[in-house]
Amino acid sequence: MGHLLEVRNLEVKFALRFGDLTAIDNISFTLDKKEKLGLVGESGAGKSVTGFSIINLISKPGYISGGSILFEDRDLSKLSTGEMRKLRGHRISMIFQDPMMTLNPVLTIGTQMTETVLAHMKVSKSDAMDIALEKLKKVYIPSPEKRLFQYPHECSGGMRQRIVIAIALLTNPSLIVADEPTTALDVTIQAGIMDLLQELCTTEDMGLILITHDLAVVSQVTDKIAVMYAGRIIETGPTEEIVNNPRHPYTKGLINSLPGGLQAGSRLAQIPGMMPTLTDIPDGCAFNPRCTINGPICLEKLPELRVLDGKNHSAACHMLENDQRDK
Amino acid sequence: MDKSNHLLTIENLVKHFDISGGLLDQLSIEKGRVKRHRTIVKAVNDVSLFIKPGETLSVVGESGCGKSTLARTILGLYPPESGQVFYRGDRIDHLSSQQMLPYRTKMQMIFQDPYASLNPRMNVERILEEPVIFHNKSIRSDEVTEKVAEVMDLVGVDPKWSDRYPHEFSGGQRQRISIARALMVDPEFIVADEPVSALDVSIQAQILNLLMDAQEKRGLTYLLITHDLSVVEHVSTRVAVMYLGCLCELATVKELYNSPRHPYTKALLSAIPRLGVRQPKHIRLKGEVPTPINLPPGCVFHNRCTYADDRCIVEVPKLLELPSGTFVACHRVEEGRLD
Repeated sequence: MGHLLEVRNLEVKFALRFGDLTAIDNISFTLDKKEKLGLVGESGAGKSVTGFSIINLISKPGYISGGSILFEDRDLSKLSTGEMRKLRGHRISMIFQDPMMTLNPVLTIGTQMTETVLAHMKVSKSDAMDIALEKLKKVYIPSPEKRLFQYPHECSGGMRQRIVIAIALLTNPSLIVADEPTTALDVTIQAGIMDLLQELCTTEDMGLILITHDLAVVSQVTDKIAVMYAGRIIETGPTEEIVNNPRHPYTKGLINSLPGGLQAGSRLAQIPGMMPTLTDIPDGCAFNPRCTINGPICLEKLPELRVLDGKNHSAACHMLENDQRDK
Repeated sequence: MDKSNHLLTIENLVKHFDISGGLLDQLSIEKGRVKRHRTIVKAVNDVSLFIKPGETLSVVGESGCGKSTLARTILGLYPPESGQVFYRGDRIDHLSSQQMLPYRTKMQMIFQDPYASLNPRMNVERILEEPVIFHNKSIRSDEVTEKVAEVMDLVGVDPKWSDRYPHEFSGGQRQRISIARALMVDPEFIVADEPVSALDVSIQAQILNLLMDAQEKRGLTYLLITHDLSVVEHVSTRVAVMYLGCLCELATVKELYNSPRHPYTKALLSAIPRLGVRQPKHIRLKGEVPTPINLPPGCVFHNRCTYADDRCIVEVPKLLELPSGTFVACHRVEEGRLD
């Protein structure tokens, strides 16, 4: 059997009045069981669209225009709505950023949890309640019996996100896509949620895709990282490699711009300018207007992801290729 | 404490919000008698601190700990329930808005969300000249134009764009414009409430550099409100840690990050995600932050603290100065039973 998830040359477009807009351009990655992948990038890089396309939640005018998403050896991009519905929330679950928006405010937590169980499994209502209770215990919710009959507004932000995770776990999925799961939460709560996600990947045999803008969080949790910029993966590799030995100028800039490692009070390294909007992505390498090491070729040709060394570390940059040749 | 040496001194500041609603909402019948109940959010409780000229004092804490309320109360945007605020030795918390005017040019604020804090119907020039003209009615128009160009240049927005509107700018550019607006009246003291939280990492670095540059060039003093502890470590001189409206620890940035004393500070610092450090053992706090409506008796942190004993449940700890210069409010530290 191959990988748990294999995304090959995925391309997502949005059909707009003035033509198609490419949001995701030719991205590929794989994920195995128990493996944790971090998708990192700034807003507008296409990380969330990637996450949504995996569970086929891209809504109009967006559509998957090319490539394949192989999950447990089935191509998700070819499935019908009905088949996808059976899979979504059952084998693949998603955790969203804002737990207040994902929970229904007028239903009790128990109702919301059993709803998912009853939709995907042939069990009685009381059995569904038992499953819900068991999962609430798994995410360390104090007095879970009481929580089942409470409404979302009666829980704090961290508690709600735990409940959302419990809902994602209900059907024992083999893949969880978590889109900025802790961005709305405080650091102490964030640390708890990240511990929990990590632990669950091991105990429940799940794969995790963690989408976030926070490199520090990703570096603590994941096994490998893919850095996205303007709809493409520009660097990917094992987490330690990316953090300690970033090669692409954007990744380097991103890591250097983080306060923390530097002497306090010194100037932070900054990347000039900002990410281009999808409507006017520059020719050649999308990063070239902000890049400090670019050459003439960067303005003309789009760089491809190339393996740099034996550690599965690859980056898409013409300048690095030259380096390699020089060596 | 010598107040005139400090730019700003706050003594026993208390700010409560009454959220009980109208009179009819407050009334209820108990045992045949009408009773009146009031619901009060105790946002800031008995906070005292001072800010020295030229320094950056950061206030950190989790959401709902009262850090933004503290900042707004200092600026007089909320009237305090009790306590005093001194600016260069002059008491300012009880002044009328007319009497407050001269202090307003000295103290300016930068807000979190640059999408909400700039008027969408004004172009950049009008946004920037408004505070100058308001505070100095006799200023000549060519002086204003010159000033606008100078400040725009300082914050890195091309003065040619002064006739554009906020929606034509990106988030980072807008935050530069709101910093420019604060700098227009030549303030000494700037309160920045989460100035970089809404921005992307690479833009965040640009804005932090801008704030540090402006401080160097103009000798500004900052009160920085933020929840991002790695930003705090980078830019501040001293740090105040708040929990549930109370100050738990106040120390220089080095002291605080190297040897935090208060159990809450320890837990907070251990939870910061750090690049490349895999799974650091962070201190897990039990339970959740209680609501500021029903403050726990004694030390506000006692029901989540692993070191709490009987004294913590009964007695509110006072902020004490340690030999290292750190101020900390904890009975255990005071008794020397916790290092």
